[in-house]
Parts: sequence; structure tokens; C-alpha cells
Amino acid sequence: MIEIVKKTNIDFMGFRKIAFLISGILMALGIIGIIQVANGTANLGIDFAGGTAVMLKFEKPVTLQQVRAVLESKGVKDFELQDFPTVNKVLVKIKKKEKKLGAISDRIISSLKEGFKDNKITVDSTMEIGPKVGSKLRRDAMWAIVAATIGILIYIAWRFQFRFSVGATIATFHDVLAVLGIFNITGREINLVLVSALLTIAGYSLTDTVVVFDRIRENLRFISKETLEAVFNRSINEVLSRTLITSITTLLAALALFLFGGAVIHDFALAMILGITVGTYSSIFVASPIVLMWKGKGPLIKKK
Amino acid sequence: MKKVKWKVALIIGTVLLAFVFFLPNTPVFKYMPQWWKDNMPNRGIALGLDLKGGVHLVFEVEGDRAVEITLERIADRLKEILKKRKLRADIKVENSRIVVTSKEPEVRQAILDAYPTLDMVPSDKALVFKLNDKEVRRIKDNATEQALETIRNRVDQFGVAEPVIHRQGTNEIVVQLPGYKDPKRAVELIGKTAQLEFRLVDDESPVAAELPAYVMPGEEQDVIKKFKDKIPKDDIILFKRVVNRETGEVKKKPFLLKKEVLLTGDLLSEARVAIDQRFNEPYVSLTFNKTGAKIFEEVTGKYVQKRLAIILDNNVYSAPVIRERIAGGSAQITGSFSMEEAKDLAIVLRAGALPAPVKLLQNITVGPSLGRDSIEAGKKAGIIAILLVTLFMAFYYKLSGLIADFAMLLNVILLLGAMAFLNATLTMPGIAGIVLAVGMAVDSNVLMFERMREELRAGKTPRAAVDSGYDKAFITIVDSHVTTLITAAVLFQFGTGPIKGFAVTLSLGVAINLFTALVGTKTVFDIINSRREVKKLSI
Repeated sequence: MIEIVKKTNIDFMGFRKIAFLISGILMALGIIGIIQVANGTANLGIDFAGGTAVMLKFEKPVTLQQVRAVLESKGVKDFELQDFPTVNKVLVKIKKKEKKLGAISDRIISSLKEGFKDNKITVDSTMEIGPKVGSKLRRDAMWAIVAATIGILIYIAWRFQFRFSVGATIATFHDVLAVLGIFNITGREINLVLVSALLTIAGYSLTDTVVVFDRIRENLRFISKETLEAVFNRSINEVLSRTLITSITTLLAALALFLFGGAVIHDFALAMILGITVGTYSSIFVASPIVLMWKGKGPLIKKK
Repeated sequence: MKKVKWKVALIIGTVLLAFVFFLPNTPVFKYMPQWWKDNMPNRGIALGLDLKGGVHLVFEVEGDRAVEITLERIADRLKEILKKRKLRADIKVENSRIVVTSKEPEVRQAILDAYPTLDMVPSDKALVFKLNDKEVRRIKDNATEQALETIRNRVDQFGVAEPVIHRQGTNEIVVQLPGYKDPKRAVELIGKTAQLEFRLVDDESPVAAELPAYVMPGEEQDVIKKFKDKIPKDDIILFKRVVNRETGEVKKKPFLLKKEVLLTGDLLSEARVAIDQRFNEPYVSLTFNKTGAKIFEEVTGKYVQKRLAIILDNNVYSAPVIRERIAGGSAQITGSFSMEEAKDLAIVLRAGALPAPVKLLQNITVGPSLGRDSIEAGKKAGIIAILLVTLFMAFYYKLSGLIADFAMLLNVILLLGAMAFLNATLTMPGIAGIVLAVGMAVDSNVLMFERMREELRAGKTPRAAVDSGYDKAFITIVDSHVTTLITAAVLFQFGTGPIKGFAVTLSLGVAINLFTALVGTKTVFDIINSRREVKKLSI
């Protein structure tokens, strides 16, 4: 039998002060991220901000300086560039609220085709989003996250107890905020794809949390001599190897996506990798301590 | 033992079904006999626009304009009605209101009798009317429906394979053109209001001579502002786009026109492209229907020697002098078109005008090469993910790990089969969903294996360990799967195209995972256990 972790006896609950400090920082980052998304100072994707994005594929390698020089000489303003050097692709983004769509992407494409006459350019994709759509999508995304959380809260409260559902919900929020915060602070783009990654992370992190809770519930029913804290620690120790291994297998899949899935899915995979890691941590160090500390009415899970 | 046989049959059956449904997506399908292609599932998984390439457009129908247009029409009718009843009144349309100034006391009742959908708005100077809310909603809704119909007609005549056109929300229209690459042309074709009008040029007013011969593009508003108070009350200024044949320079020529519209494009029966022999330039030839031809004959008879302007979406195209009464009802629109432009113009005129202008809200165009790259990358990532997970499980859980691997493969096969069965659309995020499903597929097995290990440590026999491992892990597996399903449902509800695709693969993956973990692996263990008493479990 190969075992990643042998039988352990770690005092997880004892770490809760340090854990809360770390989590507090992560969540603060996330809240900063939400504020920046709301007031528009975050690096929003075209789908949320409105504007134009054109992905161009060059036959021969180009540098961003060359592209920038050509666009500036043709009078294109306020653009951002991002390059994908391994595939000779360049993304040109303009987050400008244009009333009439269409003119800008044409101008970008024709300017570059003129400026790089000996380097054949093919248009991989163009995306033009009106400002109204962007703000609607942003609002929808917020609601989606809230709706998912409420759904989960209700389900856990029904299957376990309200205190558990508080722990699970805070842990889930924690994970979503942490990934959003890390993306925001590192200047990565916040777009629709990230939101779907965040929702997936919410679901996944919950899976981890539920497994831990399940064992706590089971042990609370059968073990009555130990203190609550001891039962919590014992339960987490018992499911520790399981928690780690399921994370590893999903991490392997996400890693394959990150390395080989192509440009479109790159950030999605990164968010998943972060989310799986944070989610595993939070089910142990965030969700369970909160259930332990939450002063609910009556005993924690009735004994059979 | 009998139960096990049933389970094996169930697994084999579902796998076979999955293959049959997924077959159209494989190269093998080409070589299947014709009766198979006709009678067996032949659609498979559809590719989303992000993988196939194509144009995705979202338009907003400007319902407020439709309301305004209706009000203008009502105002015109009211003028006639009041004139007939010999009631003097001045009628204007301002800010979505009809404003009537009149000294005659009967006017108010006359208007309300003629149009019961009008509501009075309190005002101390004039009589002010607006359409009631119900009517406004009806007009807006109607405008979207009509626009949808017209756009469908235009796209059908345009000749793109398998277009998807549907309404979204109250006033949005989504147009998807798979495989199409030129968003600019599509937007021109679909977004053009195509309101064709015939109006008289007012050469009699002295203002006509004062207008500048040409202005540069962008200066139109200045001209309109300058002459706003000078021109007769029933006149407007519109412009013609003039292109210099040699230099390609564009200028705008102002025209002073009568406001009254003599004839519109709804009375057309045919519009097609023809070639002008002199300049070898295409133009659009129009044929009116019976009513249209009659009106055209009357108009041309009445205004001989005057100029008749042909106007499309408030741009003058030409203003020829009427030489004589024209019978037969045909006219032409010239205007230095390219062949492509002339062809598209003929299409929009045939398909009819949009009831109100539409505004482009969203344009996402994906080139075919990006889609191909994405599919290739997705396949590669998927295969590598499967390999990594397979090896890890076999290494960590030995034989039992291989059983979990078998369940995971079963999971992938059934997932593809289920998607093909539902004719689901595969998108790039959807591919990510499948790859993640591979990682999550073994989760349930890990749960059970860890449980079994615990039972073994507690001293149970392999057989008892397998059974209680399954039983105890069952509840946990269900709980954890339901939570994922909740988020998938939210994603589906909220998501647009690609994200919806992800939600579909995620939720199918989770549901199938329940089946493969609880039926698939359990069956294998049952078979092993039923042969002989297993002394040691390879886990």
C-alpha cells in the first residue's frame, strides 16, 4: 500500500489563528478585486468592459514594439497589446466605449496589414462588445455567484445543519475571492471565462468541504468521549489522504489543460489550479474551524 | 451473481449506445453503409462557433424609434381626418408625444375617437397625447418580431449554411453564421434598415439655390443647423454620397426635399442587380407591385419636369428629372456600387425594410484556423490528462487503481455519447469541462478506496471491506455531486454560448460519474470477489 500520508495526528484546529490570518489576507485581496471590478479599475476583459479585441496571427515573428509603432503611426489610440510568441499571435485590445461598433476593428486590421506588407496576417478572431452588454454581463455574473452560493447554503443546511452551511459558504466565498484577488493583483484579465472558472471552483471546493463535514458528522454520532475539537481534528486526519489525492488527480487534469490546452483556455486552467489548491486548504483550515467556533443553538448534530 | 450479469449487460449496452451516438463525429462514419447513415443517429456533437469559426452578432431593435415612427404615422392620419371634418389644427410630433394646437373645441374628442390607444397628457397650452403603455409595449414587441422575420429573410437569401437566428430577451436578436468570415458585410446586410422612399426635390424654394454644392463628410450637421430656420416648413435636407471615379474622394451633396413621402419600398415586388452598359457598373433594378405601379404612374404623371429623389435610409441615391409619365412600375437605384454591394442591396430591398433601426451590440468573429487550433490543443490536453491520471491511479492504488481507470474511461466514453445523444454543442470551455471531468471522475473511486483501506486496517476481510467501503462512501459521493450540479445549473442559467456549453459538459460529467462509480467499478469488484475468496486486495 503506497500512502502519501501515513496515519497522522495533526492538530489542525490549533492552526486556526494562523490560517485565519492567511485567509483574511486572501479575502481582502478578493474584496479589493470586487471593488475594482465594480468601479472599472480592474483589468476587465472586453466582454465585461465593452470595446474591441482583435487576435491576429502573423506568418513571421513580430515584436510588440513593431506592432505598437505601426498602430501609433496610423493614429490608433488607447490600445493594449498582448503577445503569444510561441504561435506568432498578437492580441490588440481597445476598451473604449464606442457607440457604433465595427469601425475600430477594421481600422486595426487594415493598419497592420498595410504596416506589415511582407508578413502575411490572418485574423484569428475579432470581438466587439457594446458598453451596454458589458455592464449587463457584469451584473449577471455577480448574480450568478450569489445564486450559486444561496443554492449551496440551502442544500448544506438541509443535509447537515445551519452551522455547517455557514462554514461551507464562507469557505466557498473564501476560495472564489482568493482566486479573483490573485488574478486581480497580478494584473490578469477578469472576464467571462474567469467567472465560469470561479463558479466551477465554488462547486469543486464544496465537494472537498462536504467530504470533511461528512466524516465530522459521522464521528460526532459515534464518538462521545472526546472534545469537539478532538473529534474535528480526528475527522480531518482520517480523510486527509483522500482530500489530498482527489486534489492531485484534478490538479493533474488542470495542469494538462494549462500546459497543452492552448491560449484560449490558459487562464481558465490557471484559475482552476489556484482554486483547487485554495479549495483543499480552505476545507481543512477555514470551513471546519468556523463550524467549531459558530455558537449555534443546541448540540452539534444529534446522536443516533 | 445474477445481479452482476445484469450490471455487466447494462454497462456494455450503454457503452455500445454511446459509440453509436458518437460515431458521426469520427472518420469511421464516412464508411458506414447508407442505411446506417439514414436510420441511425447521424448528427453527433455539434461544434460551437468558437471551434468551427464563424460570426456571432447581437442586435438591439430600437423600439423607441418604432414608437416614434408609429406616432408620425398617426399624426399624418390625424391631419387628414381633421381636414376632412374641416377642423383647423396644427399637429406636431415631439419627444414621443403628439402635440396639437387648435382653437376648435371638438378636436380633442375627434382625436380620441379616432385613436383610442392615445392617452391625454396634462398640459396647459396645447393638447398633448401619448400612446398608452400597453400599446407602446405591443409596438416594441411587434417591431422585434418583424425585425426577426426580415432578418431571417435576408440571411436566407444571403446563402449561409445553417444560420441560427433567434430572439433574446425583449428587444435583442442573435444571428449566428457558422463558417462565415466577413462580419463587416454581414453587419451591413443585416443591420441596414433599408427604408426606401421616393420624395420630390424642392427646386422652387429660393433656399435650394443657397445650399452649398458639396460639403466634406462630417460637415452635414453644420449645413442642417445653418439652414434649419430658413427652409420651408414642409422641407428637409438630406445628402447624397458622391465618389470621384478617378481619385476615390468622397463628398456629400445636399438636397432640399419635400417631407412628404410619395412612395415607399413596401410596394416593391422585385429587386435585382443589373449592369449599366455605359460605365460597366452594377445598379439595382426595382419593380413595383400593382398598387406601387399605379401610384408611381400617378406621381410621375403629376410631377413631370420635376426631380424625384430616391432615398434609402435617409441617403439620397439619385434624383433624376421626370421626363414623362412612367407606366409599368419600374425604377432603378444607381450609386457607384461594387458588385457585392449591389447584390446585398437587392437582397435587403427584396426582404423588406426593418420596422425600426437596429443597433449592433456584439460582434464575435472566430476564424476557422483558431477553431482548429483549439480543437487540436483540447484533444492533446485531454489525452495527456487521461494518461497522467491513469498512471497516477495505477501507481497509487495498484489493481484497484486500474479499475478506477476503467471507470474513468467509461466516464469519458459515456460523456461523449450523451453529448452526441443530446446534440449538445461542444465549445472550448466545454472541452475544458471534459478534461476536468477526467480528473474528477476518479474522485468518487478515491473516496471509496480510502474507505476500503480504512476498513481493511480495521481488520475486515477484503469482501466486507469492499461492501462497506461502497456503502459508507455512497452518501458522501451523492452530497458532493449535488453541490457541483447546483453550480452547473447556475452556470447554465447565466451563461451565454460557450459557457452554457461548459455547464452542459460539467453537469453531464457529474451525473455520468455517479453511474460509473456506483455501477461500473462496483461490478468489477463483485466479479473479482465472486470468483474466489480474495485473500488480499490490491489497493
